[in-house]
Amino acid sequence: MSDEATDDTTEAEELPEAAGPEIETAYDCPVTWSRGQKVIHVERDRWLEVAEALLADGWNMCVDVTAVDYLQYEAPRDLPADVAPERFEVVASFISHASRERIRARAQVPADDATIASLYRTYPGTDYLEREVFDLMGIVFDGHPDLSRILMPETWDGHPLRKDYAVGAIPVQFKAS
Amino acid sequence: MTITDEPAADTGVPETRSDGQLHRLPRRDAVLRMSEVRAAELADSEPLDGENDQTMLMNMGPSHPSTHGVLRLMLELDGETVIRSKPVVGYLHTGMEKTGETLTYLQGPTNVTRMDYASPLFNELVFSLATEALIGIEIPPRATWIRMLMSEMNRISSHLLFMATNGMDLGAVSMMIYGWREREQVLRFFQKVTGLRMNHNYIRPGGVAADLPDGWRDDVLHLMDMLPPRLEEYDTLMTGQPIWRDRLQGVGIISADEAIALSATGPILRSTGVTWDLRRDMPYLAYEEVDFDVVVGSYGDSFDRYAIRLNEIRESMRIVHQILEKMPEGDYRAQDAKVTPPPRARIDESMEALIHHFKIFTEGFKVPEGEVYVAVESPRGELGCYIVSDGGPKPYRMHIRGPSFVNLQTMPHMMADSLIADAVAVISSVDPILGEVDR
Repeated sequence: MSDEATDDTTEAEELPEAAGPEIETAYDCPVTWSRGQKVIHVERDRWLEVAEALLADGWNMCVDVTAVDYLQYEAPRDLPADVAPERFEVVASFISHASRERIRARAQVPADDATIASLYRTYPGTDYLEREVFDLMGIVFDGHPDLSRILMPETWDGHPLRKDYAVGAIPVQFKAS
Repeated sequence: MTITDEPAADTGVPETRSDGQLHRLPRRDAVLRMSEVRAAELADSEPLDGENDQTMLMNMGPSHPSTHGVLRLMLELDGETVIRSKPVVGYLHTGMEKTGETLTYLQGPTNVTRMDYASPLFNELVFSLATEALIGIEIPPRATWIRMLMSEMNRISSHLLFMATNGMDLGAVSMMIYGWREREQVLRFFQKVTGLRMNHNYIRPGGVAADLPDGWRDDVLHLMDMLPPRLEEYDTLMTGQPIWRDRLQGVGIISADEAIALSATGPILRSTGVTWDLRRDMPYLAYEEVDFDVVVGSYGDSFDRYAIRLNEIRESMRIVHQILEKMPEGDYRAQDAKVTPPPRARIDESMEALIHHFKIFTEGFKVPEGEVYVAVESPRGELGCYIVSDGGPKPYRMHIRGPSFVNLQTMPHMMADSLIADAVAVISSVDPILGEVDR
């Protein structure tokens, strides 16, 4: 009984060390698992290159592109050690119809140069999704054929999903009786 | 109105690489890329004389009976033929993703349910599944099966609504009345279970809001008895009817390559022969325990999309019959005091229950930090929810991947070189719900 207990503790002590130094990578990008979902952390400059590699590997559909503004995020970011956090993060989800799997790619995009390569030529289905991210988050996708606003009016100022976008109230006039 | 002499609209970048999926879109020139400003300039300019290749830029919608709400299309026409087109959206944009950041996880379903208003329960389902994945709680089997029952009923009502609007768009006005009539029966069932016909806020993180009411089984059986002969009627009225077939067959064709390249999901993807249904291929809830077929088409035309939806109603009924047999007893929500509000009676007896109740409804429950993407098969395709939590009681970022929004991209490709009347059939067969497109 006491032997088992000591075994357990030694195992528990050894496990993190054994898993620690060996960082899982895919496409030369560090991999993390978020709630059982596979996430690859792509450098911004390799965004398009990795997408092309994913397509060549049978990830035949890019289902979603979105972005997160981490400006006011106070919890620790769940990033691998060698990935420097930036304000914006572009997130794309891919599906492989053949292997019935999903993979998610995340790229850090700095605030002072909020641009990243467009995946339009590799995955044309990202057309509207990238326009939406540009419209609401203000991230510029290099190489997109028509990076215009899609949900907000063309003349709109600002990008509403940014955390520093002032959420105002519209004054409503109430008339007495 | 005016002429356009825009160069063929595509990237300014020369096509050097052909390894991407872009080359799979032979009709990508059919995508009109023109700003409002440019369109207004053209409207003011004088038409050139003596030009034979003049085209007209016409606006369709946003409030047009066949545009399913407030979809607006910019059409470039040569006579009555659509050459290029551009769906213009955003008329229903109310910033629901931004609103979602200010609501607690318990309030979240109230917000997201208003996105795809024809299938509200799927929005609630995907939001709840994402929240539960972040917290890591298990929900009781009965809650899972109730969720399945409600989503399949919702798929039926949503497809019935499609039958109605599709009929209306194509001049089969009796079908409109029939479709609404049957859908209303399903909504009555929803009203009995959830209290509301639409925007139910019924599926919540941790389970469902209430157990099924007494007599639910009879209500479901009544619907299941009513529907098959009605679907037979639709077949008589439309499926085999030459006018209906002429109007839909060969209209709005899209290939499997194009559909995949454009990230299309749901009946549009399946109409091209790709057997892809998240219920079967990436099972969630308890879909691996029920037996059903994935309906696919072979031509990728509007008729296939119509027929797929009609037969998906039948498949959903098959699933509902199995749910009736297998519905387990037990709790309808997780008994986790941090997530689930205590029953009303407990509040009178227990100080702790009162505190839990108060905390859940004032502060909300805290969700461990992390990010997660969860997707379900809505009647329109892959409905995804991406939530980033910072450990607080509200999502730090909540993004919904609306299938209607992404599927809209297929429209210019389907409409290329077709008549305006066929464009109406195409809009209808894509079946966009603009609440979800604009969010």
